[in-house]
Amino acid sequence: MVGVVIVSHSLKIAEGAKELASQMTPDRIPLAVAGGTKDGRLGTDAEQVRSAIESVYSDDGIVILYDLGSALMSTELAIEELPAIQQARVAVVHAPLVEGVVTAVVEISLNKNWESIIVTLQEMDFGKAP
Amino acid sequence: MSLNSSQVKKVMLEIGETVEKNKEFLTELDLAIGDADHGINLTKGFRAVATKLSATETDDIGEIFTLVGMTLVGNVGGASGPLYGTAFMRAGSYAAGKTSLIADDFVGILEAAIGGIKMRGKAEAGDKTMLDALIPALNAFQEALKQGITVHGALTKAVEAALAGVNYTKEIQARKGRASYLGARSIGHQDPGATSTYLMLRTISKAVQTQGQPEK
Repeated sequence: MVGVVIVSHSLKIAEGAKELASQMTPDRIPLAVAGGTKDGRLGTDAEQVRSAIESVYSDDGIVILYDLGSALMSTELAIEELPAIQQARVAVVHAPLVEGVVTAVVEISLNKNWESIIVTLQEMDFGKAP
Repeated sequence: MSLNSSQVKKVMLEIGETVEKNKEFLTELDLAIGDADHGINLTKGFRAVATKLSATETDDIGEIFTLVGMTLVGNVGGASGPLYGTAFMRAGSYAAGKTSLIADDFVGILEAAIGGIKMRGKAEAGDKTMLDALIPALNAFQEALKQGITVHGALTKAVEAALAGVNYTKEIQARKGRASYLGARSIGHQDPGATSTYLMLRTISKAVQTQGQPEK
């Protein structure tokens, strides 16, 4: 099953998005969050992003949704630290965070594969990609 | 004479002190057009750097820069963590195996840092970012060396160019980072990232002027 990682400056946003998306299906979707800094400030932390990825990683693939610019930078740093074989199955998508996570969870519950989920989510990009 | 490993470590600590002294100033600049945490975040990051540096014995300047970069990535929290972190890690790759730095290395380090920040932030000159201090500084430094000016003189020129770059960021609209959400309202405010970059360069220059004259 494809997994989802939510990266937000705020742990509350990350957990809220997870909660909202989980309502969409009775299935247990592999969904991990990385929000805020280690010491509870607003911000993002590449190490936490990496642990979140590792906690839900499978060869079925991972999609990562993020909120603002530096969340993307921390995510990219985290991916660079992964083994190459895992890097190849981890995709950052530029869909709006909440809508993207909800859509991702629905698509996963419909057993869509990683490649097609990425296409669906990228179509939701409203100009967020840098 | 050139900068050796312990002098480089000392400069890194001095950058931390400068950041800490300007914590409120940088945070205030960030309050105007960002998320009001630049000074706080960088102070957290460089305090962690000081702890890590005191625990390392290495003479390899590449390893020192890499350690600084990784520590900033893990402790800053804001955009400046990945950006300065990547800049220092790239500088670390450039300086790998070196135990002293000369003027040409300063060029190599700044080039590596600029490349890293462009890659990580997808930014270019004129986007109202740290690059608007860093790129003019590098250009001025190289130009001064070409004209046969001393390394100390060239560093002074680089710092002046960085400050001019900071002032230029007041005139332009932010195209990257949190300030870009403000659109035209970001005009009139200087960029906090460009400002912290200028402060770091000024610290490096001051340290080199007092510690020794790098060879050309």
